[in-house]
Amino acid sequence: MTTASQQTHQSSSGSLQPKGWLKYFSFSLDHKVIGLQYLVCGFIFYLIGGSLASAIRIELSSPMSDFMARDTYNQVLTLHGTIMIFLWIVPVVNGAFGNYLIPFYVGARDMAFPRLNAVAFWLIPPAGLMLITSYFITGAAESGWTAYPPLSITTPAAGQIIWILSVLLLGGSSIFGGINFIATILKLRRPGLKLMQLPMYCWAMLGTSILVVLSTPVLAGTLILLSFDIVAHTGFFNPTLGGNVIVYQHLFWFYSHPAVYIMVLPAFGLVSEILPVHCRKPLFGYSTMVYSIMAIVFLGLIVWAHHMFTSGTPPWMRLFFTIATSFIAVPTGIKFFNWVATLWGGRISLNSAVLFSCGFIANFVLGGITGVALAQVPFDIHVHDTYFVVAHFHYIVYGGSVFVIFSSIYHWYPKFTGRMLNEDLGRLHFLLTFLGFNLCFAPQHWLGLNGMPRRVAEYDPQFTFINQLSSIGALIMALSTLPFLWNVIQSAFKGAIAGDNPWEALTPEWLTTSPPPVENWTGMAPLVKEPYGYGIKEESIQIQSPDISDPENNKQ
Amino acid sequence: MTTLSPINSSSEEKSEEQVVNEQEHGDHRLFGLAAFLVADGMTFAGFFAAYLTFKAVNPLLPDAIYELELPLPTLNTVLLLVSSATFHRAGQALRKDEAKLCQRWLLFTAGLGLAFLASQMVEYFTLPFGLTDNLYASTFYALTGFHGLHVTLGAIMILIVWWQARQPGGRITSENPFPLEAAELYWHFVDGIWVILFIILYLL
Repeated sequence: MTTASQQTHQSSSGSLQPKGWLKYFSFSLDHKVIGLQYLVCGFIFYLIGGSLASAIRIELSSPMSDFMARDTYNQVLTLHGTIMIFLWIVPVVNGAFGNYLIPFYVGARDMAFPRLNAVAFWLIPPAGLMLITSYFITGAAESGWTAYPPLSITTPAAGQIIWILSVLLLGGSSIFGGINFIATILKLRRPGLKLMQLPMYCWAMLGTSILVVLSTPVLAGTLILLSFDIVAHTGFFNPTLGGNVIVYQHLFWFYSHPAVYIMVLPAFGLVSEILPVHCRKPLFGYSTMVYSIMAIVFLGLIVWAHHMFTSGTPPWMRLFFTIATSFIAVPTGIKFFNWVATLWGGRISLNSAVLFSCGFIANFVLGGITGVALAQVPFDIHVHDTYFVVAHFHYIVYGGSVFVIFSSIYHWYPKFTGRMLNEDLGRLHFLLTFLGFNLCFAPQHWLGLNGMPRRVAEYDPQFTFINQLSSIGALIMALSTLPFLWNVIQSAFKGAIAGDNPWEALTPEWLTTSPPPVENWTGMAPLVKEPYGYGIKEESIQIQSPDISDPENNKQ
Repeated sequence: MTTLSPINSSSEEKSEEQVVNEQEHGDHRLFGLAAFLVADGMTFAGFFAAYLTFKAVNPLLPDAIYELELPLPTLNTVLLLVSSATFHRAGQALRKDEAKLCQRWLLFTAGLGLAFLASQMVEYFTLPFGLTDNLYASTFYALTGFHGLHVTLGAIMILIVWWQARQPGGRITSENPFPLEAAELYWHFVDGIWVILFIILYLL
């Protein structure tokens, strides 16, 4: 925090850091190293969370609880949800791609606070390890990722407290990251680069970071109160001591509904980067995209109680939250149509990145439609806490965010490593993932509509066949990871050399070497005023423009 | 913006890089701290919302102990407000390079902060309820305790700033005012939170 260290960080990150592979295991200050640390770390947690998901689906392929004990099932379920949200999707769509791309996009050599950035990353592995080892030592938390009291204050305390501590650490990491992104995007822009010239991912990250900074602290405060209830036997959320469980739900969802946007807004941004490159067309409706993101940020903060329609919410509250939630469909729909319009008439190369992006668009529409349905009180009361909800949010977070993560890995892997991924394996990966995902989750809509409750290890035997169908889908999803893993590992050593700009993209990260040098560019950062200027006459695109003395350009 | 003009003379690569580095090393730490304080403020906002909801909907929240003694918390409010003013004076003195005066104001501020903590302690010991007695008591201690934690950290920060503002030898000068400015911004934030807390918890 001293000026001296601020002034030296740039040089120290260049010369004093370990070289080669070792730098990825050290407290590196380079935003690209930190971004890849987030990505690889997140992917390891994805494999763990995915194994837990497989265990859940194995258990659910028969109506009785025979694969694991009931309380083990509860622990596995809790760990699966927590790991996938807090250790895979949030760190990867924000931390990994944000850290890697944002400094390029704003024309900076690093993030605004490199040290804070490294701290934010290094909070994650210990928090994840703590969470997972709690299963072996004390037994993990059993109350689901929502940790609703009174369930969370009556289940074994040790696992629940460890869960709270790790979520607090991960929340802290998220807040530090959010502050860093806001400062980088607003303050570190290269002179001459206007906000409305930034690539869409910057806007997505700005909106996401605003949500992170405003809502994550509320979750932290709530979990502190919950831990008081567990450890000190206070009664904030304990009805027998005069507390109120509904207050917990309000505070929890004040974070956890925006958390959905924290997971999916960056994915929107990434798709907006990937599609124009591979369709050779400008992004359709840039400014409406920006306004949509900001509208989603605002609306995302005032819709949380739609998760609580069955919690005795008064009618006026139901009315307000139904209407506000339905409104979100408008900006989201705008974004959807903009992507379709971007694809429309483009010279689309159907490579793995585009396939996953199109898979995202298809899945996300389904998840969005069930989302609008769930916002309607009468429908929500019918399917609340059933597999319909499980299907809905997996269509958003897996069909949405995770598909985009894979798409982004296929798109930026050449930049990360300097080598191309194998396209055939990539298409196989997409095929298996898309089929497996839809086979796994589409039937769950039916299960939910017919009343199968979520979060329970046993179910009515009439649901057996559909559950087995879903489990086969999960198996295919698990298998789909194999070609991907083989592909990324093998291509790192034997992939075709990518060159600096294999996609002939215009965004700034492609205007440097692959992988980029420590300070991103050897000379000046390029000034990219038209990041999506595909198919526009060459001379009207300004990429390298050192002439920033022009007063028009200097205005920020 | 005038510092950017050397970029034009693109033949001198070194000066270009220097300029770019200066641009990127621009001091955004206060901005970052402000963003953090927004986040911190949201934690308090969550606590306040919880307390107000408990108060509005929970029939079991005992009415009898709403009648808190007011003199001590009022004194506390005055202590913190005055300390905000004295911290401001310390900043002014630093900008005029009057290290001795600056240090004196800082010490005074830290003293006021510690007096607040002592007075809060006296209040805790004289209150007729403990942390787990009932919902109201728990909320009261959670809110004031979380704020007290902030004051404690702030007081430690002020003492560090006081030590580093000594001249000669200290690192905080009018050229490097950031640590003092950061502590000052944080301290004003903590005072502002107290005023809201005082109104919500004691007056409403």
